[in-house]
Amino acid sequence: MNRIENPWGERTPYARDGEWPERVDMQLADGVRPDEVEWFLSASILHSNGDEIDIAVKDGRIVGVRGDRHSRVNRGRLGPKDLYGWQANSSADRLTRPLVREGGELREADWDTAMERIVARSKELLAESGPGSHGFYTSGQLFLEDYYTLAMMVRAGVGTNHLDGNTRLCTATAGEALKESFGCDGQPGSYSDIDHTDAICCYGHNVAETQTVLWMRMLDRLHGPDRPRLLVVDPRRTPVAEEADIHLALRGGTNLALMNALVHELIAHDRVERGYIDANTVGFEALAKTVKGCTPAWAAPICGLEASEIAAAAELIGTSERLFSTVLQGFYQSHQATAAACQVNNIHLLRGMVGRPGCGLLQMNGQPTAQNTRETGANGDLPGFRNWANDSHVEELARIWNVEPSQIPHYGPPTHAMQIFRYCEQGAIRFLWISATNPAVSLPQLDRIRSILADERLFLVVQDIFLSETAQFADVVLPAATWGEKLGTFTNADRTVHLSEKAVDPPGEARPDMEIFLDYARRMGFKDKDGAPLVKWSDPEAAFDAWKECSRGRLCDYSAITYARLREKHDIQWPAGDAHPDGTERLYGDADFWADPDRSEAYARDLLTGAPLEQSDYRALNPEGKAILKAADYVPPHEEPSEARPFELGTGRTVYHFHTRTKTGRAPELQAAAPEPWAELSRSDAEALGVAEGELVEVASPRGSVRVPARITDIRPGAVFLPFHYGYWDSESGASPNGSARAANELTITDWDPASKQPLFKLGAVSVAKAER
Amino acid sequence: MKLGMAIEEVAHAERELADRLLAVGQRHRTDHDVYHLTRTLAKMERGHLDALARHAGRYGASIDRDANGSGRAGPGGLIETAREKSAELLGRRPEPALLLLRDLRELHLLAAGASLDWVALAQGAQAAKDTDLLATVSECHNETLRTLKWTTYRVKEAAPQALTS
Repeated sequence: MNRIENPWGERTPYARDGEWPERVDMQLADGVRPDEVEWFLSASILHSNGDEIDIAVKDGRIVGVRGDRHSRVNRGRLGPKDLYGWQANSSADRLTRPLVREGGELREADWDTAMERIVARSKELLAESGPGSHGFYTSGQLFLEDYYTLAMMVRAGVGTNHLDGNTRLCTATAGEALKESFGCDGQPGSYSDIDHTDAICCYGHNVAETQTVLWMRMLDRLHGPDRPRLLVVDPRRTPVAEEADIHLALRGGTNLALMNALVHELIAHDRVERGYIDANTVGFEALAKTVKGCTPAWAAPICGLEASEIAAAAELIGTSERLFSTVLQGFYQSHQATAAACQVNNIHLLRGMVGRPGCGLLQMNGQPTAQNTRETGANGDLPGFRNWANDSHVEELARIWNVEPSQIPHYGPPTHAMQIFRYCEQGAIRFLWISATNPAVSLPQLDRIRSILADERLFLVVQDIFLSETAQFADVVLPAATWGEKLGTFTNADRTVHLSEKAVDPPGEARPDMEIFLDYARRMGFKDKDGAPLVKWSDPEAAFDAWKECSRGRLCDYSAITYARLREKHDIQWPAGDAHPDGTERLYGDADFWADPDRSEAYARDLLTGAPLEQSDYRALNPEGKAILKAADYVPPHEEPSEARPFELGTGRTVYHFHTRTKTGRAPELQAAAPEPWAELSRSDAEALGVAEGELVEVASPRGSVRVPARITDIRPGAVFLPFHYGYWDSESGASPNGSARAANELTITDWDPASKQPLFKLGAVSVAKAER
Repeated sequence: MKLGMAIEEVAHAERELADRLLAVGQRHRTDHDVYHLTRTLAKMERGHLDALARHAGRYGASIDRDANGSGRAGPGGLIETAREKSAELLGRRPEPALLLLRDLRELHLLAAGASLDWVALAQGAQAAKDTDLLATVSECHNETLRTLKWTTYRVKEAAPQALTS
């Protein structure tokens, strides 16, 4: 079967409470036979699903992949990105030597020269302006050991608050919504809930394209006996919407209005479990008051839907016996992101459907290792889901790291990515180290981002495997090893921990990310409070052992997991401490939330302003650590369509590419499947504009414009969709548009959710016009 | 009965707060969260004037909704445009970080003043046994407190960098 034409492969239907059948997918280079390769354990690095993969190696080269038939996640299946994406590892244009800027040009150098240049500038700035002059922007694609090393080095070594991941763009709202509702980050549900559910709800989640194997599991239920019902909330008619019983193609920026109406209906029709609510939650009265006037008739004109559709959706939710919900970027990257995502949590709490088989709730991740960025505190949190506003948590972390608590900045929330770039813009941060991410394509309002990266005041270090658009702005470029070339662990969106073996050597002088961080820490001379080196490990397994201790007793407890056990079992879901050494399939089945003020990761926020509660206020609100039913009023978005810019912009993903295509654009089959960007328009809008399929259109916002071919689809009229994957590295111009631009983020607005600080990529008004070629 | 005066007092405070929120937002156009959120909050505070207007007649009070809120200073007006342009020109310099602290302090004091006016009005409404007015007051007051808490939070966030870089 051609897996480009059919990304999901053949159906293997199964019934409710049955076992998902195996189906082993394999792709080997031409002429290579399975019996002549050596297999290495790993998992997918091109999406968040964590599909277990065996890497095939022959003569020291990666020659293919095979799904792991024993895996609880994929039962042998792989999606198209994994079947073909491995080829990028051996691209001819991999970075193999460090580069330093000389006379305006990037020139090859040895590691000593590159690292000494970084260390000299770093020491100079620390002496001159202190740790606030340093910022670190990392990824959702490194390994746990890399992030933990980075988090310790930055927070306790450099001593700056300015560390975040690009997880801010993909999964910050997931983490924030979980903290708001349950007191702590951590996915309540499990993929296996699909096996038991009778109703699936996908909120802003085009699972068919973002997590193909998760969609295969849903499809196999949808095409089997005891078909569950499917509700889809998405402005586009996605492959998921095609299968739906109810598809709500709502207007952009109105998710919260819809969610408030759905919750209104559940309460008004008494489809809530009062016993569960009374015993296990706080905030019901406030929630009921907030949604009091939010009838379907109220929400319908706001969302551009029929009231009857909304009522029917609420009935689907309210009459299910085992409700399974997933949420992703359609909510996370849109207006009132955290408030809308929290309403999905609320639905599960109101119905008492948390932590039981089939009653799954997945606040999804976008990236393969985003979970680890969040756990280890390489995002805007402290390691082990510790609360920066809780002094005893900071003291505990300081004990583990053997530093004084004052050495770990905790006087305010860790700086989020958008603010880090703002400080760079102001000239307050003058040293920025970017690892494994490409903000010159992935952040909003690219013209602004490029001007920040190009600013001469900023010393820019970029650690990557290719000379990305971002790397082209760097003062020093460090060549890194990637998946298959280094050892380490990572964790998927349902808390499943995987080991990824080193299958081949990295090319040239490229080094594993952790080794690069350790080299910097050593050269900087970071010490603990007894004068010993701050970071005490030098290999991945020792880093993992240190992390186990840091996570011990926290919700993300890894303390009973070892490399040896991962090699034997392949997958373990945390928490996996002494009490549950084999892991934990679901959280909160006994309503034992992590919201107790003494152990919670956060003290809850005002979802409108983002202002956190003080510890004393939180104690008063939630003394017993119950789940919190968060509520917020719908308010109109900050930028709405107007006469001059009548269309709503949405950006997103295609099944063939990942992020800024640094890997998938170098896999021939994937690149050929989606070689260039496009703009999706509805039939009626295309007709009114006089645009035919494939004709060029110019899409313009107050921030910029792009010229791309039109694709006429069943998207909701008035909406325009652009894939965000396409930048300029494979165009003539290199790092910036030369003439007409094509990156979707030329258009996007610099605005973010007040609670999660996730940028709003799915919001903004644009004009669309036919363009000449 | 001086309740009418108290209503006018709180209306004045809320209008001033709303106007300053807009002005501060315009001045800090390149601190995007400040720009967007001050507009949201200003709209919320101005909504309180409508809520108060429902009660004003009973106590012979008059609510002036338009003072300073429109014309040259309003959205798209000359003053706003000039402020946003100067914000963009200054956006790449560090001094606005200190200015932001000062402006947040001013907003905080205005919100605190408005909050206390709500407290006074709430007490008066209880003494007059006007439960309808009391309900309006407690709802609006809670919203004004959100502005107060936000300014505290934003200062906590901004001060370390502004004062050490």
